[in-house]
Amino acid sequence: MPGTLWAIAEAGPDGHLTKLSAEVATLVRGLGAAAGRDVAGLVTGTPGAVAAVAAELAAYLPRVVALEAAAAATSPIAQLAAQGAVQAIGADPDASIFIGNSPDGRDTAGFLMAALGVGVISNAGGVAWNGGPVAEKGVFGGRLITTSSFADGHGIVTVPLGSVPAEEAASAGVVETITLAGAAPTVTVLERVSEAAGAVQIEEAKIIVSGGRGVGGPDGFALVGLLAETLGGAVAASRAAVDAGWIPYARQVGQTGKIVKPEVYIALGISGAVQHKVGMQGAHTIVAVNTDPDAPIAEFADLFVVGNLFEVVPALVAELESRKA
Amino acid sequence: MKIVILAKPVPDATGQERLGPDLRLDRAAIPPVINGNDEYVLEAALRLRDAGAEVSVTLLAMAGAFGPDALRKGLAMGADNAYLVSDPALAGSDARTTARVLAAALAKLEFDLVLAGVDSSDGASGVVAAALASLSGLPYLSYATSITPDGDKVRIKRFSSTGYDVLEAPMPALVTGMQALGEPRYPTLRGIMGARSKTITTWALADLGIDPATVGADAAASRVSTFSIPDARSAARVVRDPAPEAAKQIVDFLIERRAI
Repeated sequence: MPGTLWAIAEAGPDGHLTKLSAEVATLVRGLGAAAGRDVAGLVTGTPGAVAAVAAELAAYLPRVVALEAAAAATSPIAQLAAQGAVQAIGADPDASIFIGNSPDGRDTAGFLMAALGVGVISNAGGVAWNGGPVAEKGVFGGRLITTSSFADGHGIVTVPLGSVPAEEAASAGVVETITLAGAAPTVTVLERVSEAAGAVQIEEAKIIVSGGRGVGGPDGFALVGLLAETLGGAVAASRAAVDAGWIPYARQVGQTGKIVKPEVYIALGISGAVQHKVGMQGAHTIVAVNTDPDAPIAEFADLFVVGNLFEVVPALVAELESRKA
Repeated sequence: MKIVILAKPVPDATGQERLGPDLRLDRAAIPPVINGNDEYVLEAALRLRDAGAEVSVTLLAMAGAFGPDALRKGLAMGADNAYLVSDPALAGSDARTTARVLAAALAKLEFDLVLAGVDSSDGASGVVAAALASLSGLPYLSYATSITPDGDKVRIKRFSSTGYDVLEAPMPALVTGMQALGEPRYPTLRGIMGARSKTITTWALADLGIDPATVGADAAASRVSTFSIPDARSAARVVRDPAPEAAKQIVDFLIERRAI
């Protein structure tokens, strides 16, 4: 049926479907039901690996295309995924395409925009249907929410983490496998280096404990890590802490880092500049500990503790341990 | 080596940005700066020159009347010259049009590398560079935390969620970069004085052979229909007690919110 709604999914570093992809697939399934349109998913990977991810994606969608691309072993995935999407979507000028706004998702959206000549609505935190996708997005650091739609009712929508909770369909869908046609891209992956194997990814974490300038150094981050471990959460940081070299960039939350949407965000020694706020204001519950009672984070925290994190955090760890016991 | 930097003039993100009556960003209301991520790649290019490589650095932007003010700062940092695509018909153009216009501009320039920020602080869609690489037939290497030209190839470290990938491609190529490239320099007084005599060449759509009817707000694929102000979070509960008592209150609060 023309006008199919597509979810472009991706695998995470662990080889499994990402949480963001599961959310996008759930969103697309809901839109399809509202619009009376067919829905489908697409995931790209090496012939050896893609079948497993496609099966995970099929838990959310009635139809999944697994795109086997041998070049995925040695080339960045985004261009391949875009080529594959053009191939899978075929002649369907009314199709709309939904992609998580991860780095690879944004690259894929850019390639597809050029290949299909359609528009992109980016970072749509909420999507409804009214003759086409109607997207809500926060702008200016979340101070405003705008509503956008496509002039001709279809296009590409990139979706941030947390648009809808991921929810599997009542029954699993069918997977069809296709092979990528066309030449491989000229960009080669020489090496993939893992610096944080096994650590909880902050995009996936339900609880995040985040440190800023007030943490004071790598030793202070040991304390941040201790609280995160006690709560079963992940460690994150503000830009000031990353710039100081106390923690890797992959842990940075904010405008130039990651946008996260956990259940709980505990901000330790973070002032709460607008660039940081953009990255974490979607958290359900925000707890901040800061010595400065006038820190901007007081404006958007749910619980604001005026105090020294080097005293409060050990006390908090002790309190949590005593209640667990 | 010739490097072109895509340097987007954006409103300084001071929290004062607003929408105009047409529901588009009111770009005249806020002083323009070069987009932060574009400054990082400009810095990366200038460091290649500092390290002894023979490098020319050209800025390229598509912007309105406020464009030259922002570009002048990039010239003060050390870029050699700038090209500004500016045409009244371009106002309200979407990402799709921006990529097409920049591709037409790049076709008029000589370069080994095109560098751009991974996204801009205003639109933040992060899709223009990949589209531009595609339209211009350039290898695309994104999210660079380091950029190393080597002979007729370029090698980057690409940020990944667990570390980084090392990518390589033949030049000419398009690379997008980010904060991890390193803090941009401040212009020196001498740089600021020197920038006054550097050339900013302005191109109109006619110079690029683009039909004005195919760009701008009327040709945009999407439009904003309404806006609203989000519900404010309710005021924070403030705790000023000593640490052991504060810790109890944090745990109680998290339990009350069913967060743990």
